[in-house]
Amino acid sequence: MPKHTFKLNGKRVSVDAPDDVRLLWVLRDLLGVTGPKYGCGIEVCKACTSHINGKAFNPCSVPVGQLNAEDEVTTIEGLPKTVGKDLHPMQEAWLEHDVPQCGYCQPGQIMAAVAKVREARRAGREITDADLDEIRNICRCGTYFRLREAIKAGAQHM
Amino acid sequence: MTVTPEVSRRRFLTYVVAGPTVIAAAKWADASPGLLGGTDMQPIPSAPGPADIHDLNDLLTDATKPTADMITVTVHKDGTASFALPRVESGQGITTSSAMLIAEELDLPVSKVHVTLADARPELQWNQFTAGSNTTISTYTPIRSAAAAAKQQMLLAAARELGLSVDDLRTDQGVVHAPDGRTMTYGALAGLAASSETKQVEVQLAAPSGFKVIGKPHNRIDAHDAVTGRKKYAMDLKVRGALPTMVCRPPTIKGTVKRVRNLAHVKQMLGVTDVAVISTGVAVRARTFGQCIDAIRALKVSWNPGTVDKESDQTLLKELKANELPFGDQTGNPAASVIDESFTFWWKCNSALEPNTAIADVRKTKATIWSSLQSPILTQQEVAKQLGFDTSQVTVHVLQGGGAFGRRMFSDVVLEAVEASQKFGKPVKLMWHRTDEFRAGRVHPMAISHIRATYSGGSVYSFEQRHTSVATDYTMGFGEMMTSSGATTPPNGEGNFLFYSQGVWNLTVNVPYNFGQIDHSLNETRQYDTFHSGSVRNLYNADAAVARELAVDQLAKAMGQSPYAFRKAFLKDAQSVGVLQTAAKAARWGRSMPAGTAQGIAFHSEYHGKIAAVAEIDCRPHTVNRRVHQGVTGPRVTRLVIAVDVGLPVNPRGLEAQMQGGAMDAIGQILTESLHLHNGYFLEGSWDDYYYTRQWNVPKEIRVIVMPPSSDTPGGAGEFPIAVTKSAVACALTRALGKVPREFPINHSDPLPFTPFPTEPPIPQSRRDGLRHTR
Repeated sequence: MPKHTFKLNGKRVSVDAPDDVRLLWVLRDLLGVTGPKYGCGIEVCKACTSHINGKAFNPCSVPVGQLNAEDEVTTIEGLPKTVGKDLHPMQEAWLEHDVPQCGYCQPGQIMAAVAKVREARRAGREITDADLDEIRNICRCGTYFRLREAIKAGAQHM
Repeated sequence: MTVTPEVSRRRFLTYVVAGPTVIAAAKWADASPGLLGGTDMQPIPSAPGPADIHDLNDLLTDATKPTADMITVTVHKDGTASFALPRVESGQGITTSSAMLIAEELDLPVSKVHVTLADARPELQWNQFTAGSNTTISTYTPIRSAAAAAKQQMLLAAARELGLSVDDLRTDQGVVHAPDGRTMTYGALAGLAASSETKQVEVQLAAPSGFKVIGKPHNRIDAHDAVTGRKKYAMDLKVRGALPTMVCRPPTIKGTVKRVRNLAHVKQMLGVTDVAVISTGVAVRARTFGQCIDAIRALKVSWNPGTVDKESDQTLLKELKANELPFGDQTGNPAASVIDESFTFWWKCNSALEPNTAIADVRKTKATIWSSLQSPILTQQEVAKQLGFDTSQVTVHVLQGGGAFGRRMFSDVVLEAVEASQKFGKPVKLMWHRTDEFRAGRVHPMAISHIRATYSGGSVYSFEQRHTSVATDYTMGFGEMMTSSGATTPPNGEGNFLFYSQGVWNLTVNVPYNFGQIDHSLNETRQYDTFHSGSVRNLYNADAAVARELAVDQLAKAMGQSPYAFRKAFLKDAQSVGVLQTAAKAARWGRSMPAGTAQGIAFHSEYHGKIAAVAEIDCRPHTVNRRVHQGVTGPRVTRLVIAVDVGLPVNPRGLEAQMQGGAMDAIGQILTESLHLHNGYFLEGSWDDYYYTRQWNVPKEIRVIVMPPSSDTPGGAGEFPIAVTKSAVACALTRALGKVPREFPINHSDPLPFTPFPTEPPIPQSRRDGLRHTR
């Protein structure tokens, strides 16, 4: 069985799995990293949103064989480390606004929010309501309004 | 077991339980409602309906009374307190509010109160059922009583140790203070205050005027775990040997396996460990869920037909119309004018974001289950029955859920996991695919709601409602086998209809206005188990109250009143008017709005509370025609104001979250989200087909006003915003468009905006191009 090596939350990991198994299952079922959640498996609900080389992606739709040894995968578990703190400013904003209800979608929401702010910054601007409208992550508890407020607040400290 | 009555309004009999540290237990208490009178127009008082006097929550609370003394609070030697809540937390915030209740009575920081979820305990009978927005209503007094008894024990111990009387002592955040400056911590007292025998004690609860925690906004106690990814759901739990398991399901509702044509081949697929036919399909166990998906897609199965293979939306609509009960004879003024309004409410999916998941480890003489369950006692009993075990051989661990919304009332996923685990002789972690959730999951059945009202001069003489629905499965009863049997045992679904559907209808549906003669009745078609059906947040009122409020707007129009002034004139009591006025004022009701936009106002009373909402909607082309990739736009609710009176709000911040969240359900159900039945299956298979509210549908302004306490007991919250917000949005839509919408969601009969997934194989393959979409 092929061995796959990549960087996960700052550490190099190796795992034996068929090339075609999607990264979400490698993370969750084989490596025990359960922050990224399953919600659909077809890149729709975005509950598994994580970062690859700093950009948002959905591990449910990436066969593990497509990863290179130098690819850096960051899940919610590794997000604070990217800023060298216990919590990323976006997580702080989440706590401040008491965003979560059941909490299931929140790791994906936070990872999507951080990437959305970075995307706006790459375009030389701050995040807008139109950007927030583009976030596709489902929240069945309906925390959408607080999500918007928290993203705007968190962006100010990023 | 006998119930000891309340001694006085705030004095309760409790127990101190024998143990190594302080353990205190408590019983139930009564809550009592009240009613008042009207204004300017000439409303004809309507007799209170059953729901006005004794509603569903009273019934659920009554059901908990005989066994509530099983609720215990323990103080530990590290100064913390713990409590195993016999309910399921799935986002409502009840672990936080329960911790607040304990913190209040114990005088301990909320951070030092640890609330976990109790395993299924059959001795609790009806007292471990999470439903009907009832948790806070029914647990408010017993939880506080137990905490108060624990504190009293520690004060007694401190008095003994310090050689003082209890009256000399005061507490502050986990520390007992003596007048001479000496102190003792709860941690130090926990062991000293332990009782060697179980005995009854009387306690006095804190006076509401002195509340330090209850009624003050508090953030969720599990927020940190949620935002760091540490919060564990069934799917995240590591149970030795419980490998990923999924089920290959039939192409039509309730179909069954005739034959698997390539079992041997699939058993040999990479990663697959076991394959077997179970009652609901073909179960596959593998090293990863991805390999389960591959195996399910590779299975070649011949299927027997299901229960509704020839049925579609239109056949059911015809059936409902044919089964509508006739209106009664007009009474009162024969010269009265009539309004006649009829609405269709399409199928709704109550799927949470965390799909149905259960871990089952079935051995020869015992079974262990882990799952998020609203009715864990019933689950335990059903598992025992399925395995031929005694309930004592079945352990059911209740886990926090990633949403519930009624979806976790039944044991479906657990019974599948148990069957698979037994057949494989191995533990399984069984998870539903998202597509299973839409196509094989429980739904809120479609319904039609017809209203006829008569009016003359300034009075409404009669208000009649005929609600006709495909049957809803209420056979979870009150969450245990005895009440469940009451629903399942009588033939032809009579138990379900007579004892539950009609009961729920009569105990929840109400008309909060003085409309003279009120007559509302329910009829159902089909058996409760023809479809996979079940409760959805707010039950019948999610539709019935919307029909009512839309009809109220039409009455107002016919009688030359504004929707606001009319409601104000006809609402039954001052408290209701106050809530309506608060919402109207905050929303600046009647403010000038551009053409194509409008406000809508609505009122609802349920769960021992009152609620009003004002929605503003934008139906102008530049909004309606926005394009979102694989999304539905249409009219957008731009602003929402909700005023809510729940009697006593325990945690206003949690209440606000529930209101905002319920509003998102409401917006989707009026504007965008439904299931389409087509030749025996639902076409939807993904969140990009089933258009639940997404960010592009969310109002940019939402304001929730929590009314000051109007009572010294709390009402329910979880389902409360649904009916009123749906109504306000529907009424706003009517005013913006200048015509009354006849079906909800309003886009249900539009050409399908998506291509349905095939039904065989039953689930779609995961994509491979995720790296092309990084952002």
